[in-house]
Amino acid sequence: MEFGTVKRSQWRSPSVLPGFGLALGATLVWLTLIILIPLSGLAVRTSSLGWAKFWAIASDERTLKALQVSFGTAFVAALINVVFGVLLAWVLVRYRFPGRRIIDAVVDLPFALPTAVAGIALTTLYAPNGWIGAPLASLGLKVAFTPVGIVLALVFVGLPFVVRTVQPVMEEIDREVEETSATLGANRFQTIAHVLLPGLLPAVLTGFALAFARGVGEYGSVIFIAGNLPYVSEIAPLLIVIRLEEFNYPGATAIAAIMLILSFAMLLVINLIQAWSRRRYGYGT
Amino acid sequence: MAMALDTTIEQTALVQAATSESRVARYTLITISLVFLALILALPLAAVFHEAFRKGTAAFTSALQDPETLSAIKLTLIVAGIAVPLNLVFGVAAAWAIAKFEFRGKAFLTTLIDLPFSVSPVISGLVFVILFGSQSLLGPVLKSYGIQILFAVPGLVLATVFVTFPFVARELIPLMQEQGTADEEAALSLGASGWQTFWHVTLPNIKWGLLYGVLLCNARAMGEFGAVSVVSGHIRGETNTMPLQVEILYNEYNFVAAFAVATLLALLALVTLVLKTLLEIKFSDEIAASRRH
Amino acid sequence: MEVRVQNIVKQFERFPALKDVSLDIRSGELIALLGPSGSGKTTLLRLIAGLESPTAGQIFFGDEDASLKTVQERNIGFVFQHYALFRHMTVLDNISFGLRIRKADRRPAKADIRARAMELIDLVQLSGMEKRYPAQLSGGQRQRVALARAMAVEPNVLLLDEPFGALDAQVRKELRRWLRDIHNRTGHTTVFVTHDQEEALELADRVVVMSQGKIEQAGTPDEIYDAPNSPFVFSFIGQSNILPVRVESGQIWLEDRPIGVESAGTADGTANLHFRPHDIGLQDGCGGCLAGIVTTSRRVAGKRHVELDIGQQHARVEIELPADHPATEGSRVAFRPTRFKLFQA
Repeated sequence: MEFGTVKRSQWRSPSVLPGFGLALGATLVWLTLIILIPLSGLAVRTSSLGWAKFWAIASDERTLKALQVSFGTAFVAALINVVFGVLLAWVLVRYRFPGRRIIDAVVDLPFALPTAVAGIALTTLYAPNGWIGAPLASLGLKVAFTPVGIVLALVFVGLPFVVRTVQPVMEEIDREVEETSATLGANRFQTIAHVLLPGLLPAVLTGFALAFARGVGEYGSVIFIAGNLPYVSEIAPLLIVIRLEEFNYPGATAIAAIMLILSFAMLLVINLIQAWSRRRYGYGT
Repeated sequence: MAMALDTTIEQTALVQAATSESRVARYTLITISLVFLALILALPLAAVFHEAFRKGTAAFTSALQDPETLSAIKLTLIVAGIAVPLNLVFGVAAAWAIAKFEFRGKAFLTTLIDLPFSVSPVISGLVFVILFGSQSLLGPVLKSYGIQILFAVPGLVLATVFVTFPFVARELIPLMQEQGTADEEAALSLGASGWQTFWHVTLPNIKWGLLYGVLLCNARAMGEFGAVSVVSGHIRGETNTMPLQVEILYNEYNFVAAFAVATLLALLALVTLVLKTLLEIKFSDEIAASRRH
Repeated sequence: MEVRVQNIVKQFERFPALKDVSLDIRSGELIALLGPSGSGKTTLLRLIAGLESPTAGQIFFGDEDASLKTVQERNIGFVFQHYALFRHMTVLDNISFGLRIRKADRRPAKADIRARAMELIDLVQLSGMEKRYPAQLSGGQRQRVALARAMAVEPNVLLLDEPFGALDAQVRKELRRWLRDIHNRTGHTTVFVTHDQEEALELADRVVVMSQGKIEQAGTPDEIYDAPNSPFVFSFIGQSNILPVRVESGQIWLEDRPIGVESAGTADGTANLHFRPHDIGLQDGCGGCLAGIVTTSRRVAGKRHVELDIGQQHARVEIELPADHPATEGSRVAFRPTRFKLFQA
C-alpha cells in the first residue's frame, strides 16, 4: 500500500480534483490517433525506403533546389518580418494615433484569412497588370511569378508571428530602465540600440523562428504567386504534391521527412538558445 | 508671459526626448508601418472584393449560385461542423489534464500538442495519404469493407482535425493555469461532484477563452487549404471545399467566380477578427495572455 | 555640487503635484525627501533629474540654469526603487555603461573605463561578481550595482528614489548604514526619497518633509523631531497625541479643568495640544494634570505602552511608561506633558 503511494507520487503529485485519468486518457488516445500514428506512418514509410533510395531522392537536383527555395525564401521573409514586425509592435505599443486599435486588429488578418484567398489576392495585386505590379513592372521590377513573389507571400503569413511575440514583451519594458539610460547620458538612439533591443532579442528570435517555420511549410498562399518553375520558384511542399500526383509516394515521403527533420532541428536550436538565455539573463520567451 | 510659455514648451520637448522619440521620428515610423500594412494586408483584402464585383453584382451572385460552389460551401460547413466540436472536446480534456494537475512528461505532452503548428499543411495531408492510400496497409482493408477515407469526407475531416488540433488547447492551458485550482477545490469541499464542479465552476470561468479558441479553430478549419488539398482528390461537386473551389476556379481563369467564393472566406476572416477583437477588449482578463497562434 | 530649486510648480493634467516649491541643497549634503504618497516628493526628484519638466520655476546646478538642459546633459545619477538594471549586461557592463556611451571626445580610454568600474565594484563590495548578470544577484546586490552605475559618471548630484523600498527589513538596515559610509567617503551631493521616517532621520543630514505638493518643513533630523512646525509634521514624524484644549491667560485647559501646563504668550482660545507618548511626567495626585483610565496596557520591548481614556469626550491618549510600571486595565494614571506644542485648531 505504502509502496503504491510512493510510486504513484513519483510521476504525478496528488490532487483532490477528479477527472485526471479520464482527461489524460482521452487526450492521449486522441493524440495518438490523430497525430502520432499518422506521423509515425511517415517515419516507417521513410525508413522502409532504405538509405540508398532516400539519399537518391534527397540529393536529387530538383529536390535540393525546392528545399533551397523553401528555406531560403522563408529565411528572407522572416528577416523582413523581424524588421517590420518589431517596428510595427513598437508603433502599436508606444504611440497613440487614430485607428491604432483597428491596425492592431488587422495585424491578425493573416491568421484568419484562408491562405488560398491571400494567395490569389496577392497575385492579382502584384501581377504585372495588378495595382502594384503594374507600376513596379514599368520600373522593370517583377514580383509575381518569381522568388520575390514567394517572399512576399511568406511575409504576409509570417508577420503576425513576429508582432504578437514581440508586442507583449515590449509592453512589459520597464520605463525606468529607459530613464536610467537617459540619466547616464545615453541619447535616444543609444538607449534603443544598447538597452531596449538587446532586451527584446529572445522574443525577436522566437518570432523569427515561428515565422520561419511557418514560411518553410507554407503552401496555399505561395503556389499562386510563385510561378512554380522547377529549379527556380518551386517550393518543397509543392514538389511533395507533384510527387503525390505522380503516385511517386517514396519521393513525396522522403521530401516530407527531410523538411520535418530540418524544421525540428531548427526548433530545437531555438529552444536551446532560449533555455540558455533564461539561465543567463533570467528571461526568455 | 509669452516668454514663460516658450520656455515651458521647450522644456516639455527636452523631457520627451528621455523616453520617447521626436515628433518627426514618431510620424515617420507610423507612416512606414501604415504603408507596409497597406501593401501587405489592406490592399490584398481590398483586391478580393474589387475583383469579385468587377463585372457587377449580377455576375457575383450568379457565381455563388453555381451548384458546384454551393456544394463546396456545404462541404466546408460539414467538415468544420465535425472537426471543430471534436477539437473542442479534446482541447478541454487536454487543458484540464495539463493545467490542473502536475505530472511527469507534461512538458513533452504540451510539445506534442503543439506539433501540428510546425508541420507543413501539405505534410499534414500526406501522412493520411500514406496511412490510408492504395499503397498502404489500411487503405485496401478498409476499402474491402466499403469504407472510403481518402478523397471523401472522412479524409477531409481527419486532415482538418490534424491541422486545427492545437487551437483550443493552446488557448485554454495558459488561462486555466493562471486560474489555478482554488475555485474547484472550494466547490468540491462544498460537496459538488466532479461534473457539477466542471459545469458550474470551471466552465463559466473559461467560457470566453473557450469561445476565443473555437473561433480561431473554426477560421482555420474552414480556410485550410494545403492539407485538405492533398487528401481531397479534387472531385468537383463532391470533395471540394471552398478554398479548393477557389483554386479550381482561379486556375480556370474564372476570376470573378474565384473571387466571389473568396469574398465569403474573407468575410469569415473579417467576422472572426471583429469577434476576436471584441472578446479581447471586453474579456481581456478571461482570455489567455498569450495571443500567439 | 549645490542644487537650488526655485519656485517650482508642477501641474499634471488634472492635479497640481508641486505648488511653488523652493529648496537649497548644499554641496555634499545628504538630503531626505520625506512624505506620504502623493506628497510630490518623487515628482520633485524627477524634476531635478530632468525626467519631468516644471510648469514654472527653475532649477540651478551651481550657477547654471539646469532647467534648460536635457536629462542627458544634466549629468546626474538616478537610482530607482526596482534597480532598473540592464538585464542583458553583466555587472561590469552595467556600471561602465554611462562612460562607454559617451561621445569619443569625452570618453575615457577602454582600460580607464574598466579600471573605474572595477574601483566602483570594490567600493560597493561586489568584488568578484563583475561578470555576473543581474538575474544572478540578490536584491541588495542589485541595488548596490545600481548605485555604482549611477556614481560611475561622476554625477553632479545623486538622486535615489526609495532606494531601499523593495528590500527586506534586515538588508535595508544594512544598506542604510553602508550608504551613509559611501556618502561620507565620496561626498556626492545626494537626495533620496523615502516614506520611511526612520530611514530619513537616521540617514540624512537634513530632512525635507513634504505634504500635498508643498514643503512642510526642512531641517536637521533633531529639528524635525523636536521642533515640528506644523501639525502635519508633528503627527507624521514619530508617535503623537492630539487633544483639543483651550488656552486661558496662558493656562491650558482640557474641558473643565486646567492640566497644569502653561503656554505663555499664546493667545486665548481653542487649540490642539500635540505631545509625544514619551514626553510626559507621571503625577501622583491630580491638582492640574491629565488623568485617565487605562484601557490597554502592553509591554513593548523595554517600554510599556499604555492607552488612556481621558475626559468626558473619551479622548484616547497613548503614553509610554517604564516596563515595570504596574498600570493595569481599569487603573487610573495621571500625568503632564513635559514637551508639547500647541497648534491652532
